[in-house]
Amino acid sequence: MISRRALRRGKSRVMVGLMGVAVLVAILPLFLILASLVIEGASSLSISFFVNRPAPVGETGGGVAHAILGTLMIVGVASAVGIPLGVAAGIYCSEYRGTRLAWVTRFVADVLNGTPSIVVGLLAWTWVVATQKHFSALAGSIALAFLMVPMVMRTTEELVRLVPDSLREAALALGYPRWRTTLVVVLRTALPGIVTGSLLAVARVAGETAPLLFTALGSEYFSFDMDRPMAALPLVVYKYATGPYPEWHKLAWTASLVLILVVLVLNVAARLATRQRFDRA
Amino acid sequence: MSGPVRLETRGLDALYGDFAAVKDVSLRFPANRVHALIGPSGCGKSTFLRTLNRMHETVPGAWIKGQVLLDGEDVYARGVSPIQLRRRVGMVFQKPTPFPFMSIADNVAAGLRIDRSLDKSRIAEIVERSLRRAALWDEVKDRLGASAMGLSGGQQQRLCLARSIAPEPEVILLDEPTASLDPQGTQRIEELVFELKEEFTIVIVTHNMQQAARVSDTTTFFYLGAMVEHGETKQIFTAPREERTEAYITGRFG
Repeated sequence: MISRRALRRGKSRVMVGLMGVAVLVAILPLFLILASLVIEGASSLSISFFVNRPAPVGETGGGVAHAILGTLMIVGVASAVGIPLGVAAGIYCSEYRGTRLAWVTRFVADVLNGTPSIVVGLLAWTWVVATQKHFSALAGSIALAFLMVPMVMRTTEELVRLVPDSLREAALALGYPRWRTTLVVVLRTALPGIVTGSLLAVARVAGETAPLLFTALGSEYFSFDMDRPMAALPLVVYKYATGPYPEWHKLAWTASLVLILVVLVLNVAARLATRQRFDRA
Repeated sequence: MSGPVRLETRGLDALYGDFAAVKDVSLRFPANRVHALIGPSGCGKSTFLRTLNRMHETVPGAWIKGQVLLDGEDVYARGVSPIQLRRRVGMVFQKPTPFPFMSIADNVAAGLRIDRSLDKSRIAEIVERSLRRAALWDEVKDRLGASAMGLSGGQQQRLCLARSIAPEPEVILLDEPTASLDPQGTQRIEELVFELKEEFTIVIVTHNMQQAARVSDTTTFFYLGAMVEHGETKQIFTAPREERTEAYITGRFG
């Protein structure tokens, strides 16, 4: 007969093993995607890919620098609008959680979170492109900002709610006005999490293709004009991947890899910039 | 009792909606004394304490009837700012509440930076003096820029004490300041309370009757929201006038 102890230990091993398998299954897709990106895309990666415009069909070389710039600009403007709005709405919904407006806002945000991104693109098309009668990068930014607001809002709300009431009380008891308590103490305490949530939102919209198809449209040229069509990495990937030439397919892989790298660099940079700095004790 | 009256309540009721947590309390707290509030859980002593710096009203639905006078002036009068009041009446809570994103020095300076434009060297001076008064200076002087979260619970509580005395309030409210501390940390805080009454008027809520007996000059016993007995600490603990007070301090209930 097996001892109870051995039985318990055996059960524990089986359970821990099952959890390990679950973790592997969960992260496997990520590694498969990254691996195929590197295998298919890394061979065409070169300096010129980062600094040049696309070469005409038939010629080799060329790059996606115009699309890197475009993605940074479109996503940058979307973030500048979407993140502050989302953070502010999130703070409201958490600090004034009992109000009817908070309830409505939360509900609308959840619906918006579940809305397909192409629908949001269509909205931006109707509002901006159709009224202005031309495609523009700004329309793309607006579509992306729409997608960011509910994501940023919900994370901010959850994180602000986690700030213990005792900290709010401590600040109020020191003579902080309510608005300063919220801004300085509550927001500052929740900031690392809000940064993470915002970065996830940035990463997600940086890869969105559908809302840009009929707003920013895409372009073959360098452009700083938000009022004109602009290139973006997802659009480049879409164009090259659905194109007829094998070289284009290769470029699509490489552009995808670049997109992942851009998101990675943004993540690291934002984390370094908002890191908590203390002297060594 | 001696000295001018620093803080006084007149017919004070503290309510949450319809429920009166504190009923008709009239008390006088002379300056530079330690005043202990004792009583079983839920007797209203913490709620009473929180009416003194108008923290009570930060809870939704909470309101008061009656008066609270600081140096003879009603702190609930029209035009009195609770924000200004809280700079004159500091508070330390049950659990240490250092701001996690601030360094040790910045925590102490938090109350100084609200709207006053003190220059850096002046702030550094006040930070040092406050930490010395809270008996924490020697332990943290070499790591003022480090996170306050690296301190022990007892050190964090003394840091909170330093933070509340830095803006030079007249009164310090202590809401069970040693409830989460070990005996050593408790002893340090008690010694501090005894020293700090030279400069401040202190009102302390405590569950620990030995603590009340050790640190306070006057003691008030609360029961079911009402003030049962108030007097010199010695008298309350050796010759209580009320039967309920005697029952409580001898441990027969509560």
